[in-house]
Amino acid sequence: MTAGFSFPELLASALIVLGSGLALIGSWGLVRLPSLMERLHGPTKASTLGLGAMLVGSVAFFQLVEGKWTTHEMLVSVFLFVTAPIAANMIAKVHLHQLRFGKEPGPAGPPAAPGPDSQWATYEAPRPGTPGCFADEPAPDRRD
Amino acid sequence: MIAYALAFGFTALGLALALNLWRLLKGPGVGDRILALDTMVINAIGMIVLAGIASREGTAFEAAMLLALVGFVGTVAYAKFMLRGDIIE
Repeated sequence: MTAGFSFPELLASALIVLGSGLALIGSWGLVRLPSLMERLHGPTKASTLGLGAMLVGSVAFFQLVEGKWTTHEMLVSVFLFVTAPIAANMIAKVHLHQLRFGKEPGPAGPPAAPGPDSQWATYEAPRPGTPGCFADEPAPDRRD
Repeated sequence: MIAYALAFGFTALGLALALNLWRLLKGPGVGDRILALDTMVINAIGMIVLAGIASREGTAFEAAMLLALVGFVGTVAYAKFMLRGDIIE
């Protein structure tokens, strides 16, 4: 490079390398780990840390090198921070239900119940008085 | 220097997408496939961000934002369909 070493470019490059390396590590974990509950760990770290580092690197590049202030990256980052745990929770619930009906045999088998007199919340019907319980209400008209 | 970093980033993300595709095709269960698709969307967002830096224009980030939105909705819809057999009840 003819431009030589400049601190802003060095910072942006370091953040890009860090972020893409973490994304690669997350995908490698998705391939390498033995069961789905463990495989969930890899991509969630990649999406928060890896993409977060890449987006911060992008902000740094556009601000320090190009002189343009952009905030779209922060918006993407905040949205991913909010939605990644929800998506992971939904996938874990799907996995629990598949295990329950024996459709997805894992090496560890189904997880143990969380307590002697309770079951995983996703297996249970909603209890009366909680917001998800519609037992007292009349059945809605099915239009199908 | 940023060109080398971008080359490394594109290579790493391409390799990551190939690994996700392997898990998508092989994955023993439905949960693995949903997770692989979700991770592919994440890596595609990373590629769009890097392409935005490479082109030095700020217009790529709307595409990244839209892909983030659509990817989340798609993941939740697929998971919901597997859980309830219906997406909107």
